[in-house]
Amino acid sequence: MTPLLLIEQCLNGLQFGVMLFLMAAGLTLVFGVMGLINLAHGSLFMTGAFAAAFVARTTGSFTLALVAALAAAAAAGALVEVAIIRRLYDRPHLDQVLATFALILIFSEGTRWLFGSFPLYLDIPEALSGTVMLPGGIAYSLYRLTLIGVGLLVAAGLYVLISRTRLGIQVRAGESDREMIAALGVDISRLYTIVFALGAALAGLAGALIGAIQSVQVGMGEPVLILAFVVIVIGGIGSIKGAFIGSLLVGLTDTLGGVLLPELFALFMPRADAASAGAALASMSIYLLMAVVLVVRPAGLFGVRT
Amino acid sequence: MTRETIFNLLLLGALLAVPLYARAVDEPYLVTLATRAAILALAGVGLNVALGQGGLVSLGHATFFGLGGYSMGVLASHAQGYTPLLTWPIELPGTTSMPIVWLVAVTVSGLAAWLIGALSLRTTGVYFIMITLAFGQMFYYFAISWPAYGGEDGLSIYVRNGFPGLNTLDPIQFFGIAFALLLLTLAFAALLARSPFGLALNAARQSRARVQTVGLSPYRLQLTAFVVSGMITGLAGALFADLNRFVSPTMFSWQTSGEILVFVILGGVARLCGPVAGAVLFVALEHLLGGIGDYWHIGLGVILLMVVLFARGGLIGLLAGRASVHD
Repeated sequence: MTPLLLIEQCLNGLQFGVMLFLMAAGLTLVFGVMGLINLAHGSLFMTGAFAAAFVARTTGSFTLALVAALAAAAAAGALVEVAIIRRLYDRPHLDQVLATFALILIFSEGTRWLFGSFPLYLDIPEALSGTVMLPGGIAYSLYRLTLIGVGLLVAAGLYVLISRTRLGIQVRAGESDREMIAALGVDISRLYTIVFALGAALAGLAGALIGAIQSVQVGMGEPVLILAFVVIVIGGIGSIKGAFIGSLLVGLTDTLGGVLLPELFALFMPRADAASAGAALASMSIYLLMAVVLVVRPAGLFGVRT
Repeated sequence: MTRETIFNLLLLGALLAVPLYARAVDEPYLVTLATRAAILALAGVGLNVALGQGGLVSLGHATFFGLGGYSMGVLASHAQGYTPLLTWPIELPGTTSMPIVWLVAVTVSGLAAWLIGALSLRTTGVYFIMITLAFGQMFYYFAISWPAYGGEDGLSIYVRNGFPGLNTLDPIQFFGIAFALLLLTLAFAALLARSPFGLALNAARQSRARVQTVGLSPYRLQLTAFVVSGMITGLAGALFADLNRFVSPTMFSWQTSGEILVFVILGGVARLCGPVAGAVLFVALEHLLGGIGDYWHIGLGVILLMVVLFARGGLIGLLAGRASVHD
């Protein structure tokens, strides 16, 4: 293991982390403001990826594909919120879990029906393909570097939106007391739709961006969704800052665990055994991280104990 | 007799009558479907102990289902390969005896439920849902990445495990085993709900503070319920593996957790036979809608959505009215 390789893997972890943040931010916003647990957030991620792959295939433009992903996911989010999710805010979590599980079934099979079972492919745009030389002589994929940049940019934008704008004030007020801001004349149901569509758009963006380095297929959203849950549990529900820190922790742990653990085991085990034991332990590493956080701080790193 | 009791008896009677009829007209496929329904119902009865009585929304019961399945798979694969399961500290062979497999499955899933429960129950509500889901996923990835027992491909077992005095390869006899275990477990769940423990558990769901005030620990009550729940679902997993003679990481997947939850809800939460009604309905839908087209999950999704939005008592609530006990 050379230091160069280690830095490269750290960048990979960072890239994975910021993409997780795009998912986790929407989830934690929706939970913080509306008190809703949304399992179908992964379906919105998938919607973004499929919209991007479809538009990229027909027009050949990656920019248009990204716009389409944002628009399709936001529209799907707004539609689902108005038609179904809205009825669930006052329901117990169990009902929310089931209704959004039902939405996953509908979204997944609907997408399979529209696009078939075979994965679609979304190519990395010409301008972003290839590698770039970083200081210190590290050749790193330009596209992945762009993803890190986009993720950090979105995080900064979200911070400004929540802490500096009128909408942000309403969102924060909605988190602490929704009856009161409704009484002050804020159209609460419109606010809910906007927040949900915003979260959906972020998920859709993540889907499109990730879609270019993976294949775009039905069921791609749920593994990311569950990782985003781990992020939220680690960071604390409702906290954007917690989601950001949690995402980076999970991204780095997952990526570095996969690389370092087999190396570590190889120090005292035969090579082949070390590879399998290391891989098995690495696949569990983020959940063990979550378990440790739960023992030390049950409400998450930045959560408020209720 | 309340309407619910009559409904329960009719339901269990029907579940018993279908395979007997199918055997008479020589339709072994129907017997397998009924066995599948009985086993999935058993998994649901397990979840219902945590969910219905304890109010614990676990989205990770596939963990116990999978552990039960892998207990069977691992023991039987060692037995069929004549390799020892353990060589140290003592040499332990695999086995193909169902009672031993069940014992191992129940113990392993109980231990896992104790570990997961002890951590997850430090939190409540939506955290609990996310954490159980996450731990389920952990076992899923572990099963995929651990190559010793098939990894992603799973394990095939060539011969069904044996039960003393029965021919388990005869579909109707295997159905009998599954159905008998389902009845025993239902009786156990009914007794549990009426026991002092069950009453305290119900109270902990409704008012945590009051239970604490009278000197009981909600955490310990819920942890016990979670462990019992995991053990029953683990037993169902071992039977399910025996039914298919195949185990794979799919048993651990989050979809499996979701489906077990769906049985309980389709039938009716906290109803004794709710999971049975739900599992029968699920298997019937899977068979009927699956026969119409490839995309039967859309239909299932729509039905589930309708049940959640408009028919909150599930099938039993619809047919037998409100629960007679106040909950």
